[in-house]
Amino acid sequence: MSSFFSYLITGISLGSIYALIALGYTMVYGIAKMLNFAHGDVIMIGGYIVFTAVSTLGWSSGLGIFGAIFCGILGCLLLGVLVEKVAYKPLRNAPSLAVLITAIGVSYLLQNIALLIFGSNPKNFSSVVMFDGFSIGKVRISGETVVTIAVSVLIMIGLTLFVNHTKSGMAMLAVSEDKGAAQLMGVNVNRTISLTFAIGSALAGVASILLCSTYPLLSPYTGAMPGIKAFTAAVFGGIGSIPGAMIGGVILGVIESLSKAYISSQFSDAIVFGVLIIVLLVKPTGIMGKKLNEKV
Amino acid sequence: MKKALSISRKAGDRYITYLLLIVIFVGVQSFLNSGAASRSFKGLLIPTCAYILAAMALNLVVGVSGELSLGQAGFMCVGAFVGSLFSLLTEATIANPLIRFPLALLLGGVVAGIFGFLIGIPVLRLRGDYLAIVTLAFGEIIKTIFNNLYIASDDTGLRIAFSVDAFNEKPLAGNATYYIKGAQGINGTPQDSTFAICMIVLLIAAVIMLNFMDSKQGRAVMAARDNRIAAEAMGVNVTRAKMTAFVMSAFFGGVAGVLYSHNLNSLIATKFDYNLSILILVFVVLGGMNKMRGVMISTTVLYILPEVLRALKDYRMLIYAIVLIVMMLLTNSKSVRAFAEKVTGALKPKKKNQTGGAE
Repeated sequence: MSSFFSYLITGISLGSIYALIALGYTMVYGIAKMLNFAHGDVIMIGGYIVFTAVSTLGWSSGLGIFGAIFCGILGCLLLGVLVEKVAYKPLRNAPSLAVLITAIGVSYLLQNIALLIFGSNPKNFSSVVMFDGFSIGKVRISGETVVTIAVSVLIMIGLTLFVNHTKSGMAMLAVSEDKGAAQLMGVNVNRTISLTFAIGSALAGVASILLCSTYPLLSPYTGAMPGIKAFTAAVFGGIGSIPGAMIGGVILGVIESLSKAYISSQFSDAIVFGVLIIVLLVKPTGIMGKKLNEKV
Repeated sequence: MKKALSISRKAGDRYITYLLLIVIFVGVQSFLNSGAASRSFKGLLIPTCAYILAAMALNLVVGVSGELSLGQAGFMCVGAFVGSLFSLLTEATIANPLIRFPLALLLGGVVAGIFGFLIGIPVLRLRGDYLAIVTLAFGEIIKTIFNNLYIASDDTGLRIAFSVDAFNEKPLAGNATYYIKGAQGINGTPQDSTFAICMIVLLIAAVIMLNFMDSKQGRAVMAARDNRIAAEAMGVNVTRAKMTAFVMSAFFGGVAGVLYSHNLNSLIATKFDYNLSILILVFVVLGGMNKMRGVMISTTVLYILPEVLRALKDYRMLIYAIVLIVMMLLTNSKSVRAFAEKVTGALKPKKKNQTGGAE
């Protein structure tokens, strides 16, 4: 029984990371109606920034760690905004296929730049969590798990407050509801979209630090798999819905952890994607998604 | 009168493609017969044909129906493993490769097509970009499955397992052969793929696909791509039309996999990864979506070029990524196109004004 609980907690911790990544997908999808394939690779770049700061520059103690974390998040934020400005903004009115292909191109570009700079050998990421964790009975909870869950909960509360109670947050809701009407009401649509990319990418930066601290192998392909799974989580929770992304992420993390433990470790990815296909068959709008009627 | 004229022009366009294939076939084949062809040239021929077929098949989804599929490598993987397994199992009973290989091609294609159908059911009735992510997931699932699949035969018959443990617990008895051995893949596939067979398959595929694009069903798919609501209002069953194109694409993806696998002595499942799907997508995008002949040419050039210019190899994927982004910006963004025209306009004399409309 105690092993079940430890798998469950691992799952929740992994799921919180998925939820943070899924928030980026879902917010961008809600506002720009595009699937940002490069989101997963922003995570990978964030990981490399922190790795460089900690291991190469030696910012490994006290204030240095915070500096590294800050640089990682800021780097992801700037990268996200830059990608949006260069690659996605010119395609605002293009067919979705063109935007998708561009996003794949960006994702591929980031991967290959990382491959050329850092090489294909995985790097050993040293955890930035300075906290040892504790045990409840026989269940051991690591510091990374505690920090991951705590940080995710804080961010989710903060984000919910921001979206529902600040002017910029409400502008985001308005743009996702109806871009044209929002513009008529005086909302600066371009700035709102940039803000969404900035927030989503900063969350990806946080997720990258948590992910690499828990699973310390960093390679140019680190971001791809969690990115796809987080997208699955976003669809599961209902794409476009912020609480949906959080719930979907946690459920998906638990499913993955439990299937790894009790079914097969090789097939856990296949099971997660199987869940995606079942969700699309049964309830394509996801758990929290709304069905939108199409206007002609 | 005008309609008849435009149809005959389209048919003429088709015949140019067929003629091109036949000319290339005759040219390359006589070059091969002359004995002057180098080893590396011969080695490139069959993979190039397989990739051309896979790219043409992907074009049915990306170019013709306007959906994004990132699982073409998955369909190739299904075709390759099913076809190779069939050839290995029937090598003794059907000795003539000219009978065995077409059956393998057909079987690999049909199984891949069935997978395409199964994926299409949940996805193609939805609006939005779900096909991209589901086909991506499908490619990963297929890769995982074939990477962990063990098929062997012994005195008790054929044995299938998803872990080598099953064979350790109950060892293979007597005269045992492994057909698929997990991560080591499939070995000893008979080398049935020849350049002539590949070209014949390509020609048949081109006839089927180009006729499909010109048929009622094909026009329905293109109508749905250009304006889904208008097409539905005209009575087009969009889901069915897209499904036809998608299953056909999966079928030919599988056939391409069979062509590919019967050229290699050993084949591992990880060869058919996400990168390969992207590579095929680059072939389609650069060839001009919706243009079969363009896809053939771009595949040939993009596949052979890095093999010839070894120095480019490290930067190949980086260049492809930039190609994808730049192509999309150039073809879809007014501001970027205007900028590009300003740059090229300074160098080149002004081009003749384009006439509006499709065609």
